Amino acid sequence: MSVLALSSHDERRVEVTRLLVGFARTLRGCGVPAGPDRVQTFVRAAVELDVTCRDDVYWAGRATLCSCPEDLVRYDRAFAAYFAGELAPPVRSVRPVVRTRAVTVPCDPDEDEAHDGEQERLRAATASRAEVLCHRDLARLTTAERAEVARLISALGPTGPVRASRRWAPASTGTLDPGRTVRAMLRRGGEPARLARRRRVDKPRRLVLIVDVSGSMAAYADPMLRFAHATARCRPGTEVFTVGTRLTRVSREIAAREPDAALAAVADAVPDFSGGTRLGDLLQAFLDRWGQRGMARGAVVVVVSDGWERGDATLLGTQAARLHRLAHAVVWVNPHKAQPGFAPLTAGMAAVLPHVDRFVAGHSLGALEGLAALLGEADLHRCQPSPAAQPSPAVQPSSGYGAVDA
Amino acid sequence: MSVPRAVAPDPTDPVHAGRSADTVDGGAWSSPGQLREALDRVGYLAGPGLATVAFLAERMGRPLFLEGDAGVGKTSLATALAQVRDARLIRLQCYEGIEASQALYDWDFPRQLLHLRAAEAAGVREAEQLESELYDRRFLLARPLLAALETPGAVLLIDEVDRADDEFEAFLLEVLSEWSITVPELGTVRAEHPPLVVLTSNRTREVHDALKRRCLYHWVAHPSFEREVAIIRRRLPEAAAQLAEDVARVAQGLRGEGLLKPPGVAESLDWTEALVALGARELDPERAAASLGAFLKYREDTERVLATGFTSLLDRSPAGSGG
Repeated sequence: MSVLALSSHDERRVEVTRLLVGFARTLRGCGVPAGPDRVQTFVRAAVELDVTCRDDVYWAGRATLCSCPEDLVRYDRAFAAYFAGELAPPVRSVRPVVRTRAVTVPCDPDEDEAHDGEQERLRAATASRAEVLCHRDLARLTTAERAEVARLISALGPTGPVRASRRWAPASTGTLDPGRTVRAMLRRGGEPARLARRRRVDKPRRLVLIVDVSGSMAAYADPMLRFAHATARCRPGTEVFTVGTRLTRVSREIAAREPDAALAAVADAVPDFSGGTRLGDLLQAFLDRWGQRGMARGAVVVVVSDGWERGDATLLGTQAARLHRLAHAVVWVNPHKAQPGFAPLTAGMAAVLPHVDRFVAGHSLGALEGLAALLGEADLHRCQPSPAAQPSPAVQPSSGYGAVDA
Repeated sequence: MSVPRAVAPDPTDPVHAGRSADTVDGGAWSSPGQLREALDRVGYLAGPGLATVAFLAERMGRPLFLEGDAGVGKTSLATALAQVRDARLIRLQCYEGIEASQALYDWDFPRQLLHLRAAEAAGVREAEQLESELYDRRFLLARPLLAALETPGAVLLIDEVDRADDEFEAFLLEVLSEWSITVPELGTVRAEHPPLVVLTSNRTREVHDALKRRCLYHWVAHPSFEREVAIIRRRLPEAAAQLAEDVARVAQGLRGEGLLKPPGVAESLDWTEALVALGARELDPERAAASLGAFLKYREDTERVLATGFTSLLDRSPAGSGG
């Protein structure tokens, strides 16, 4: 029998359990979220095998404490270190948690003392200021304006495109519902009753947001991530990625309730804020790792980037084409588009344009509202076959990448 | 700890009938090594890690959660486990929008209606009796989950669980932890011997932690060169040794090249089979190019490999066999 006779040696049993639990704590310190129930399973599994055999303990822990391939690397490192006696179980680190709560305050700090009679005037002033803010370029805001825009963005919430799910719901019109009809007939002893009908339930389409956080997009990264947060909050299941010099999946971080907490979590997770861009490579990485396996299939993919690509844009072009083939619709958001005289002169943008369904600006609050409304449209597919149909300035990519007629 | 499960061989299954002589005590293995040998006998070459995890899943009565690229042998493991246990393999293929009536059970409405009409014709009038007859087990269509609970010792394969929705996962969690299904009209069906459950995922979506926590996790990696050659030779004994090595070498070489769909072992086997059918004893460029469709499934990948040629991939010196 491979199971060690532990019951007869209680002391030894406690010692072994302590060793195993200590290892689990070390593992948690290395960033593998192994909760107490997992640790229990681990101890059980190790006892089922042979606790004196290093390999058996290794496999028992790997199967019970890890839950994704990223965990496996950390596991191997922790296992080697712990059982070589290099690491003691770490002390739990406590991190202060800052909680923000929404409270009602007058919008303008200058009019803090405004009494009740002035409420109306205040409201009018706020409304008009929101109107002004609506069209300001997000890159040129003061700190106070920025805070207000952030608040307004968090109120946006695209309801998003829908698709028919496989589920059915009772309806007054639609196709025949055999189950309900027969049940109604059974209740009447087999007499033909009213025909019950059913209809397909609509389901939100998956939304994938890829936000460029490189240097050239630095001014827009924060509002765009806030927009992503607002979207993810009102449409659970939205996937959010950041691209810069690396591709980072931040879907989990951005799902926090408070916008500021979510943004802070994203900032922690993204190592390459305001770096360079390798858009082509990263788009490929996204498609290889997630997109092609299913995340992009049938989804609406929103890419927020100026298409600024170091080096050759051919790769970016082929990857954008691949994305377009996989996704239901590709929406490209380029904040620089709204600048007067803009033409997608960057080689990257020119390479990408033939493969996007919608090309929008998203440089201001108003434009973001427009984007939210766009995502709610039923048919996102490109209306005309050529991006020349986009609103001014008209763009027509020529055969060679880079050259355009403005 | 856990009680070894009795497995009732399914005599109606022609594939597994008469295989019980190979198995050790109806599927109760005393060590991972034994299970590995048993899997080896049915043609599945498992690594020590995979064998250990499968052994634990059986011993602890936990579902086995297998993740890995497409074509690395996740689904085949379930088939092989069913074979070595002499048990029925029940498969539930997941997809977006899968619902309870496709996974659990469904009432056979047409038959119920027929029964009702027949009863009416025979002059049965007692409504109560009629109704109890209608909701009888024989009018219940068992879908995979219910079938697995009702079949002692079955192997339940829940394939590509990442393709189902979150709601389905939550529902699966309930069945996998309780081992019972409640049919309102009939009562609760409880498994006396819970099935051995194998869940597979291609990782298109992150499966919820709550479900993963119930399971034993294993990442199935691509096999090493030696193991891949062994797998090809085992599955396709008619393939020449040189051919198996060549195919494995090309597959190993291409996996690090960033293709749109890197070939898995399944593709290596398909390709070898195609080459054998073409009469190849080793990999020669003409036959390889002609049968490449069995190996690579994207036009871009095919073009890229044809442009590079097979010569560099087929470096038969020992240095080229890494991977």
